[in-house]
Amino acid sequence: MAIEVRIPTILRSYTGGAKVVEGTGDTLTDLLADLDSRHAGLKARLVTDAGALHRFVNVYVNDEDVRFLGALDAKLNDGDSVTILPAVAGGAPTR
Amino acid sequence: MTVATSPPPIGGARLVGVLSIDRSIIDAIVAHARRDHPDEACGVVAGPVGSDTPTRHIPMDNAARSMTFYEFDSMEQLRVWREMDDRDEEPVVIYHSHTATEAYPSRTDVAFAGEPGAHYLLVSTREPDTEEIRSFRIVDGVVTEEPVRIIVDAAVDPHAVQSYMFGQSPATVDYECSGR
Repeated sequence: MAIEVRIPTILRSYTGGAKVVEGTGDTLTDLLADLDSRHAGLKARLVTDAGALHRFVNVYVNDEDVRFLGALDAKLNDGDSVTILPAVAGGAPTR
Repeated sequence: MTVATSPPPIGGARLVGVLSIDRSIIDAIVAHARRDHPDEACGVVAGPVGSDTPTRHIPMDNAARSMTFYEFDSMEQLRVWREMDDRDEEPVVIYHSHTATEAYPSRTDVAFAGEPGAHYLLVSTREPDTEEIRSFRIVDGVVTEEPVRIIVDAAVDPHAVQSYMFGQSPATVDYECSGR
């Protein structure tokens, strides 16, 4: 059994247009490495060079924001559903 | 409706496409922005997938509760995005207000813009009596301004007087009376 991953529109160029892909891994880090082996470039859009989850995305395991589950160290189990959404944020110019 | 114009768009934005949106939805967005002023307000207008037609206004909480920043609450966003998915909708419009500056995307707005199919609508509430409303596509860091075409339902509110300020010349703002 695998982990289902829902991909937002902006990242579907990495998945050949697929809205849902499958992967495996005991943690979010492992899962992203597994996904990146088939969807090269995806991981770099989610994880910064410093190795943290990018602030421009939200990642959820089942119904929880992974930022409350240990972020990239979040534990995963077969049958979990991972959802990736673009974070919606912004603000006025600072002058 | 009176339409005042502001100077031409800065930042080299090009005009392509158009945002067509019901007057009633614009009114609701402006009311939301006024209600939350001086904090920034934000939200979504959902519409059927592929229709490019915004039909369902969803005001969102600004989790940052700030005069210079907005941020969807991540859990509210998950709920709303799932609901859109279940209804075969997508975010046609993503809006937020600037409360002391013009209605033009900031660097932060551009950096975060993650819905290439959405119209990014900005409302400036810095003037007390008039709102500046402008719409943009933001794709791969490139900002493209587009005209806003307001569809007026004449049967509902034929004599309402309200003043909005648009980023383009009046010639590019079309008014269509649907007469429903």
